[in-house]
Amino acid sequence: MSSFLVQLLNGLAGASSLFLVAAGLSLIFGVTRIVNFAHGSLYMLGVYIAYSMSERLAGGVGFWFSLVFSALAVGFIGALIEMVLLRRIYKAPELFQLLATFALVLVIKDGVLWIWGAEDLLGRRAPGLEGSVEILGRNFPTYDLFLIVIGPVVLALVWLLLTRTRWGTLVRAATQDREMLSALGVHQSWLITGVFALGAMLAGLGGALQLPREPANLGMDMLSIGDAFVVVVVGGMGSIPGAFVAALIIAEIKAICIWLGDVNFGPFSISFSKLTLVVEFLVMAVVLVVRPWGLFGRPQGTPRHSGAPEAPLRPAGKSLRWFAVALVAGMAVLPLLQGQFPYALVLSVDLLIAALFAASLHFIMGPGGMHSFGHAAYFGLGAYGAALLMKAAGLPMEASLILAPVVAGLGAVVFGWFSVRLSGVYLAMLTLAFGQIAWSIAFQWDDFTGGSNGLIGIWPSGWANNRTAYFYLTLVLVVVGLFALRRMLFSPFGYAMRAGRDSVLRADAIGINVKRIQWLAFVIAGVFAGAAGALFVYSKGSISPEVLSVTKSVDGLVMVLLGGVQTLAGPIVGAVTFTWLQDTVARSTDYWRALLGGIILFLVLVFPQGLAGFIHDLVVKLKPNREVAR
Amino acid sequence: MSLLQIRGLQKSFGGVKAVDGIDFDVAAGELLALIGPNGAGKSTTFNMVNGQLRASGGSVKLDGRELVGLKPREIWKMGVGRTFQIAETFASLTVVENVQMALISSHGKLYSLWSRAAGAYRNEALELLDQVGMKADADRPCSALAYGDVKRVELAIALANDPKLLLMDEPTAGMAPKERNDLMALTKRLVVERKLAVLFTEHSMDVVFAYADRMIVLARGRLIAAGSGEEIRNHPKVQEVYFGTGKTFEKPVAQEEVAA
Repeated sequence: MSSFLVQLLNGLAGASSLFLVAAGLSLIFGVTRIVNFAHGSLYMLGVYIAYSMSERLAGGVGFWFSLVFSALAVGFIGALIEMVLLRRIYKAPELFQLLATFALVLVIKDGVLWIWGAEDLLGRRAPGLEGSVEILGRNFPTYDLFLIVIGPVVLALVWLLLTRTRWGTLVRAATQDREMLSALGVHQSWLITGVFALGAMLAGLGGALQLPREPANLGMDMLSIGDAFVVVVVGGMGSIPGAFVAALIIAEIKAICIWLGDVNFGPFSISFSKLTLVVEFLVMAVVLVVRPWGLFGRPQGTPRHSGAPEAPLRPAGKSLRWFAVALVAGMAVLPLLQGQFPYALVLSVDLLIAALFAASLHFIMGPGGMHSFGHAAYFGLGAYGAALLMKAAGLPMEASLILAPVVAGLGAVVFGWFSVRLSGVYLAMLTLAFGQIAWSIAFQWDDFTGGSNGLIGIWPSGWANNRTAYFYLTLVLVVVGLFALRRMLFSPFGYAMRAGRDSVLRADAIGINVKRIQWLAFVIAGVFAGAAGALFVYSKGSISPEVLSVTKSVDGLVMVLLGGVQTLAGPIVGAVTFTWLQDTVARSTDYWRALLGGIILFLVLVFPQGLAGFIHDLVVKLKPNREVAR
Repeated sequence: MSLLQIRGLQKSFGGVKAVDGIDFDVAAGELLALIGPNGAGKSTTFNMVNGQLRASGGSVKLDGRELVGLKPREIWKMGVGRTFQIAETFASLTVVENVQMALISSHGKLYSLWSRAAGAYRNEALELLDQVGMKADADRPCSALAYGDVKRVELAIALANDPKLLLMDEPTAGMAPKERNDLMALTKRLVVERKLAVLFTEHSMDVVFAYADRMIVLARGRLIAAGSGEEIRNHPKVQEVYFGTGKTFEKPVAQEEVAA
C-alpha cells in the first residue's frame, strides 16, 4: 500500500511539469487559435538553457537563478518567434500555421543539436534539495516534493494574472472573440506577443524544472508535445484549470500503470508498465468521444477567417491530360537509364509511394475537410498487414498486397467511426491519438510485430524481386490508385464530400448524411494509404514502428500542404518535392532537419496556397479572359 | 385535411418556454407568414418543423405523418424543402452543381463512386435555375455571387426534390427592396403553379402584407392571432405587442427595465 501512495506522489511531481507546458500551450491556443507544435521544442530549450547556465553559475543561488533565467530566455525566444513568423500567418488557414510551427520544431531541434551536441546532458541536482525524505517508510526525493508544490503555485499565479489584472481581462476577451476586441480599439499585436511570451515562458520553466530529474536530450520535444497535446485536449482547449486537472489525471494514471506492473488475469499477463505510452492517448480518445470539447472546454465558435473559398473542381484540360500521360510515359522508360542513374529507380519508388500516401491523406483533408494527424496509422496498418500476412499467415506477396489495404480499411472503419463525430482541432487530436495507439501496439507487442526491431525479410515474389520489375509494379499500382482517387472526387460521392465540408446545415437539409459520407471517405483514404504502406514494405524488405509514428503522419501533412490542399495535383507535387528534398538534403548535411524546416517556412510565407496552387494561380493570371474562380 | 398540422408544439430551453403550445395548419397552395417581435419564438418554431431542434412536446404532422423526432434529412426526404436565414450553399461548387447536388441526393445516388457528377441531372438543374432566373450564372462558382442571387440559388436547391412544403426562414433578410419583391413574387408564383405550401418567417411587414395569403402572430411563445392581413392589422393584441399599449410613457421607468 505504501508503495502505491508513493507512486501517487511521484505522479503528482510529474504532473507539475506537464501542467506548466500544457498551460502555456493552452493559453497560446486560446488567444491565437494556433496549435503550437513547437511548444515541446520550447520546453526542450528550457532544459538545455537551464543546464548551461547552472553549469556556469555554481552554487545555490546560481542554480535557482539559472531556472528563472532559462524561463525568461525561452519567453523572449517565444516573443521573437511570434513577431517574426506567426504574426504573418494569422490569417492563413489553420493547417498552415501548424505546418509553420512544425517547421520550427525541425529548426530548433537542429539548433539544439548544433549548440549542445547529441549527447544526453545530466544536470546538477537542486542545491538544498538533493536529499530525500522518508514517507511511509520509503525514500522520496525532496526535489519532487518541491515540484508538487510548484504546480498549484503557478496555477494560482496564472489564474490571478488572468482574472485580477487588466491585461488578463484583455487576454480572456481575446480568447472569446478577437475581432470584437479589436473593434473595441484594443491593439492586439502586443497582447498576442505577450501571451505567446508568457506561454513560452511557462514551457521554458517546465523544462528547466525538469533538469534535476532527467538528462537533457534531443527527444524531449516530441515527447513533451505529445503529452501536452493530450493534456490540453483532455482539459479543454484554452482552459488553464482544465489543463491542471488533466495533467493530474494523466500523470496519476501513468503512475498507477507503473505501480501495477505485470498483472496476471488467469492465463493472460498484461504489462501495465508498458501501457504508459498508450494510456494517455486512450484517455484522450475516451474523453473526446464522451465530452468532445474536453473536461473544462467549451464548444469553439467557428473561426471567421477560414481562407478563401475553394474554386470549383474542373475536369483536367487537354494540356494537363497530356502532361500526365507524358509524365507516366517518362517514368516508364526510367529503367532504361539505370546505367547512368542507378539510384533513380529506388528514389522513384519512394516518390511514387509517397504520392499515393499523400493523395490518400489529401482525399479526406482537402475535399473531406477532415484534418487527420494520424494518417500514418493506415500506412502502417497496410505495411504491417502485408508483412504479417506474409510472415505469420504465409500468404504470397500478391495476396498480401490485395489484403493489406483491406486491413488498413478495417482499421479506418473503427477509428473513422469515432473521428467523424468530431471536427476541427479536436478531430485532428483524436486521429493523432489513434495514430499513437497503433504505433504503441506495434512498438510494444514484441511477439507479433517484432516490437521496436520490427520485421525483416519481407521480399517480393520471385518475378518482382528485382528493381525494375518492382518499379513497374509500383508505377502501375500507384497510377491506378491516384486515378481512382481522382475519379472518386469527380463522382457524386466526391461532390457530396465537398458539400458536407462547405455547409453541414445545407447538406443535411438536402438529405446528405454528412457523417456517413465522411466515414466512408475515411475508409477509402485508409485503404489507399494501406496500399501505399504495403508497397513500401516490399520495397524495403523490412519494417519498423517508425512507419506508424507521428513524424510519418506529419510528413504526409507537409506533403499535402506543400503541394496545396485546394488543388488535386497538390499532394502529388508536394509528395515528390518533399521526398526528393528530404532525400537530397539528408544526404548533403548533418542539419537536414533545419534546412527542411527553413524551406518549409519559406514556402509557407511565400506560397501560402501551396506549390500547385501557386502554379494554378499563375496559369489563371496568364489567361486573362477566363473568369478567376477564387 | 391540411398538409401541415401543428398541435400543442412546445420547446423549453432550461426553464424558459420559448414556444408554449401552439397550433396552426398550412394548406397546400398557401403562403403562410409566421410573424412576431424579436424573441417571440419564430425561429424556434421553424427549426422544430424542419428537425433542427427537437420539440419538447406536441406534434408536427405532414400529410398525417409525425415529423417530431426525425432528423432534418429525413424530413427533407418526406418532401420538405427549406432555405436558411443566412443563405447556406456549397461555396466550392458552381451554381448548377449546387442544384445538381440536391438532385443527386433525391435520386439516391450519393454513394455512387465511379460515375461522373458533372453531367448528372444537369438539365433538370438548369431548368430549376431557369425558374429562379439564375440560368445565366449556372457555371459560376457559388462563392462569387451577390447575396440576393445566392438566395435565389438556395430556392432552386430547395425545389430540387419537388417538395410539398417549403420552409423559408426570413427569405428576404439582407436583400434590397427590389430583390425582395422579385424573390417573393417568384415564391408566390411557385405556390400557385406547383400547389406548394410555404411557411415563412419575416420581419419586413411590406413583404408579409403584400404576399402572404394568411398570417399567424407569435408573441412570447404563444400564438396571439391568425387571419388575413386586414384582420391582423386591426387586431388589438397584435398592435399591443408591436406598438405597446401606449401606457409605457405614462409611468416612471420601472426598476427591472433599467436592470435589463
